Amino acid sequence: MRFRNVAVVLTLVWITLFVAVPYLLVVLFSFLTPNPAGTVTYTFTLESYRQIFSPVFLTVCKSSFTLALGTSALTLLVAYPFAFFLARIPENIRRTLILLMIIPFWTSSLIRTYALIILLKANGIINSFLLSAGWIDEPLGILYTQTAVFIGLVYTLLPFMILPLYASIQKLDMRLIEASRDLGARGWHIFFHIVLPLTMPGIIAGSTMVFLPALGLFYIPDLLGGARSMLMGNFIKDQFLTTGNWPLGSAASVLLTILMFLMLGWYFAVSRRANQGDMKELA
Amino acid sequence: MRRALSYGYLVFVYLFLYVPIVVLVVYSFNDTKFSTNWQGFTLSWYGKLLTDGPLMEAFANSLIVAVTSSTIATVLGTLAAFAIYRYRFIGRKISFSFIYVSMMSPDIVMGISLLMFFILVGLSIGATTLLLAHITFCLPFVVVTVYARVSGFDSHIIDSAKDLGATELGMFRHVVMPMLMPAIIAGWLLSFTLSLDDVVVSFFTTGPSFEVLPLKIYSMVRLGIKPEINALSAVMFLVSLVTVTMAHLMIAKENK
Repeated sequence: MRFRNVAVVLTLVWITLFVAVPYLLVVLFSFLTPNPAGTVTYTFTLESYRQIFSPVFLTVCKSSFTLALGTSALTLLVAYPFAFFLARIPENIRRTLILLMIIPFWTSSLIRTYALIILLKANGIINSFLLSAGWIDEPLGILYTQTAVFIGLVYTLLPFMILPLYASIQKLDMRLIEASRDLGARGWHIFFHIVLPLTMPGIIAGSTMVFLPALGLFYIPDLLGGARSMLMGNFIKDQFLTTGNWPLGSAASVLLTILMFLMLGWYFAVSRRANQGDMKELA
Repeated sequence: MRRALSYGYLVFVYLFLYVPIVVLVVYSFNDTKFSTNWQGFTLSWYGKLLTDGPLMEAFANSLIVAVTSSTIATVLGTLAAFAIYRYRFIGRKISFSFIYVSMMSPDIVMGISLLMFFILVGLSIGATTLLLAHITFCLPFVVVTVYARVSGFDSHIIDSAKDLGATELGMFRHVVMPMLMPAIIAGWLLSFTLSLDDVVVSFFTTGPSFEVLPLKIYSMVRLGIKPEINALSAVMFLVSLVTVTMAHLMIAKENK
């Protein structure tokens, strides 16, 4: 059974060493005292968690959460009908269309963010077009504003909403809709009572994949926003690179991780419930 | 009418996603340093890339790290997926959970957790730490891709190989591996793109001694837009396009 041992030991060692231990370190360090020389002093304290409720961090939290919520809401609004229409396209074309959605999903979001800069800058394409069309008299100053950060987040994260939504909508059993129609349900009623609950797992999966990165992708505001627009990601990065306050950065990371577990838990709860209504389960 | 509307909507969203990238690629051939207007076709920005020493070095570093980390992650990930599928061992469930958690958790959390770990164990931040970090974040994608394939197997095939006297290694090598090949290749290709494109984890796990392309682009873009970056970004987009398409075809083929 040598092969078995090698496979098992390698798996356990790698995951313990490079996933489990580092994550536990984040939790541990969030309870320690910052050391101005970098690293930490090994004295237990709740100071970092107290600082998380200080006005400075709450301001960052508020703006970051607003942005992430807005991004999730807008991408959901755009993605839901998109995924629905996509699921109705004939199979042979649909395969190409799905690939066209997978490509931006995997392409570096740094490069996609950079592409936006070219479009949005003062002498960029959008402004040149609007000026020459005579619709505006002077260039719109979109770049380096909160709006640009918002556009950047929506643009980068849209495929992350579309793909899980599509996976869930595609599984939707159309017979359920026909049955409800036969039973006299109409339009919005069908949508809210049948389609929406059954595609809820996709909505939550997509929202998780948009909301969490929207809190963390620090380079988007770094490149598109002015100095004032900050995400939780920027805050964490600064604790490690500028301020040298590892415990505070760790505490903020723990907060992000808890948020992730809450969203994953929500997903599992809802997908279990949605599956109960699945026709295959009844048959 | 309804149909036209829904097709129109699909086209609109695809335009939104692709127009910026197309513009970027077109501009990388534009013969001007500042203007947004089209001044004629040139390849000079691509030529400039080739003569930019530090940039080429970062590019080489990125390629080395991407190839090495995706290869190691593929070997480890395939073994892990198979072990989790076939063997019952202590920590099996929790390993699987950690794999999912590390895939879903924000990059920045993984970045700082590894940074603290490396500093604590006394590894100096550079090529080695970057490589370890890249293997770690590629690993779950390989595990998930391969696990999806292996769990769809008819388990009788494995049983009959064992009945016919194959050792575990022989069975894995001659029966399982060939059947897993499309998933293994797809896992490698996805890891390669992930590694080549990563900004956030690399940001925390490498230093000035070992620069990689995305970090180089990041610092260049912060200083302003240059046509060379257009060319470089166009090249990187092309690389992702090709690898992701290949990975997609591999996965589509195995699902047939």
